[in-house]
Amino acid sequence: MKFKVNGQEVYASTGGRPFDKNKPLIIFVHGSGLTHMTWVLQTRYFAFHGYSVLAIDMPGHGLSSGKSLKSIEEMADWLSSLIDSVGYKEASLVGHSQGCLVTIECTSRYPNKIKTLSLMGGAGAIPMNPDLLNLAENNDPKAVDLMMDWAHGPAGHFGGHPVPGLYHINTGGMLAKSRTIKDTLGVDFRACDNYKNGFDAAKKIKIPTLSILATGDKMCPVKEGKKLADLIEKSQVEIIDNCGHMMLLEEADRVLKVLKKFITTNYPSKFK
Amino acid sequence: MSDKKKTVDPNTYKFDTLSLHAGYQPHKNAGSRQVPIYQTTSYLFDDVDHAAALFNLERGGHIYSRISNPTVGVLEERVASLEGGTAALATSSGMSAIFLTVMTLCEAGDHLVVSSQLYGGTVNLFRLTLPKFGIKCTFVKPRDTQGFKKAIQKNTKGIFGELVGNPGNEIMNMPEIANIAHDAGIPLIIDATYQTPYLCKPFEHGADIVVHSLTKWMAGHGSSMAGILVEGGKFDWMQNDKFPTMTKPYEGYHGLSFAEEFGPTAFTMKARAEGMRDFGPCLSPQNAWNVLQGIETLSVRMKKHCSNAEEMVKYLLAHESVAWVSHPSVPDHPDHELAKKLLPNGRGSMIAFGIKGGKDAGVAFINNVKLASHLANVGDTRTLVIHPASGTHSQMDEATLKFAGLSHDMIRLSVGIEDINDIKNDFEIGFRAARKPRLVSNQ
Repeated sequence: MKFKVNGQEVYASTGGRPFDKNKPLIIFVHGSGLTHMTWVLQTRYFAFHGYSVLAIDMPGHGLSSGKSLKSIEEMADWLSSLIDSVGYKEASLVGHSQGCLVTIECTSRYPNKIKTLSLMGGAGAIPMNPDLLNLAENNDPKAVDLMMDWAHGPAGHFGGHPVPGLYHINTGGMLAKSRTIKDTLGVDFRACDNYKNGFDAAKKIKIPTLSILATGDKMCPVKEGKKLADLIEKSQVEIIDNCGHMMLLEEADRVLKVLKKFITTNYPSKFK
Repeated sequence: MSDKKKTVDPNTYKFDTLSLHAGYQPHKNAGSRQVPIYQTTSYLFDDVDHAAALFNLERGGHIYSRISNPTVGVLEERVASLEGGTAALATSSGMSAIFLTVMTLCEAGDHLVVSSQLYGGTVNLFRLTLPKFGIKCTFVKPRDTQGFKKAIQKNTKGIFGELVGNPGNEIMNMPEIANIAHDAGIPLIIDATYQTPYLCKPFEHGADIVVHSLTKWMAGHGSSMAGILVEGGKFDWMQNDKFPTMTKPYEGYHGLSFAEEFGPTAFTMKARAEGMRDFGPCLSPQNAWNVLQGIETLSVRMKKHCSNAEEMVKYLLAHESVAWVSHPSVPDHPDHELAKKLLPNGRGSMIAFGIKGGKDAGVAFINNVKLASHLANVGDTRTLVIHPASGTHSQMDEATLKFAGLSHDMIRLSVGIEDINDIKNDFEIGFRAARKPRLVSNQ
């Protein structure tokens, strides 16, 4: 569905169900340069099981208008405004990679609004490889190819997509190339590189928090994810073996199983 | 992202490696090094919730082998990886891949612009069968690039063609025709059966959907029928209102919008969820496995196909019994330069040539070669010959034959990977018979 946040049109997938303001809200926040489509194997489940779902396209990404936001802090404020814009007072947040930085910062800034936090491939800081950052800011498609290489584990490189017939790396690459690389990936990478507040933000988080980490994650390794999780008071960590940074697609079923248990326990819905 | 020791080149697997490994992880299949053949119709659900989730596309997985099958899935991912595509859907034959593509793209009242130089079965699909579904086509000669533009109507939903036309070897200017299609907000669909992704990856030249008869070079062994459609993932279905079945809520899946939910894989998802569900031209797991065996050696075979073909071109050009030779490697072929650009790894192994003496000579040649097989297939590892006017295109009338660029003296040669001298020696027997048709027994 499309709606406005701060006067700009935003697109969010509702997981295949009409948006119902009576149901508890889960917001899914994508990683650098990507779109709502990375969440398709999680959102549809929740949308059909008692929740209202918004898998958003960040400004300037996917089907959302406007320009990409330049800092994680700006994105966190924008996410809070989005919750207001759709008429909610609270929400559960799920983030992947850069989306983890955004949701951590948002939760620390607006503690009463956020009820649970789920982080996939998250870390307290995501310093960028200078070569990768340079390629992305110069609109070089090799930035996407490198990101897809480093972001995928065995499932991505060999194949074996949970949805028959889909090929991981090319699908992810096409998502990241759907808009101008320097305006999406380039801006996002710079925002990640500049963000230094992750660990301090984590210390302020008092809500139930789930960190899903993957043993083959080269971009946000397990040890970095654990370092972050250790700072969060009510934190639980789930580790997925033989999987890379794109766990939400590479091991979609295992991720969904963990996420279902966490959200339905800590943010239950009275709806079916 | 913090590993600064990485080089700036991606380390993803290359073509030859993908040919052997893509789409399959042994540790998820009892450690079986070879892809298992899942000879089953259906798959157990964990519980009612799991069943509902699968039917509702909430999660990936298999329900019924008409829709998907794990062995077939490996083939689909492998071909998608080799083509540089986002997704693929395997079908029971190349013709069903084309049919499913059209039915996913079009509705009654729609129109397609189609290259005139196609396999005879494809011509009949577009000319005679699709109009029964309310889908009309305008044929354009493959070299008439501007003709494709002129033929586009308000209700046109795509441009379709074989990159190298069958059997005349005319090459479509794919990059320019892709621009024409995209300017009109419609996709370009390329049948790349003759090339395989080893010779050309059409997505790199602007195509949006690629179809193959896997029966041919991809499998190579001539044992199994199979087809596939592959999606490039770049085409924006939401850029206009031409594709409501891709962009509007679909009643068949609780109001799902394929374009919104699946983006770069939307076409394949719809082709499977709707097309395969409703039409059902599924590929058997045994045939998928057979094709996978062929794909493992694709690049090795294609190199030999192409080197043998270039040898045969030289031999035929110099032969006293040959009136003309058509192959993109011939310098005076009208598309020689375009072929160098689009087919840098080789110009393919399909040769058309005219035999002196016309139809009778052609018949004598075909009836007397011993090594080359006379049959209605191409892309086998064995050398194949046929006389199109009396074989693959025999259902066409005189005018249609002419429009398709065919002549009665044309012999279509699919060069195999046998020893090149054995092929030449066999052709000498055929040519001798063609020169003196009455003196040679007609075996």
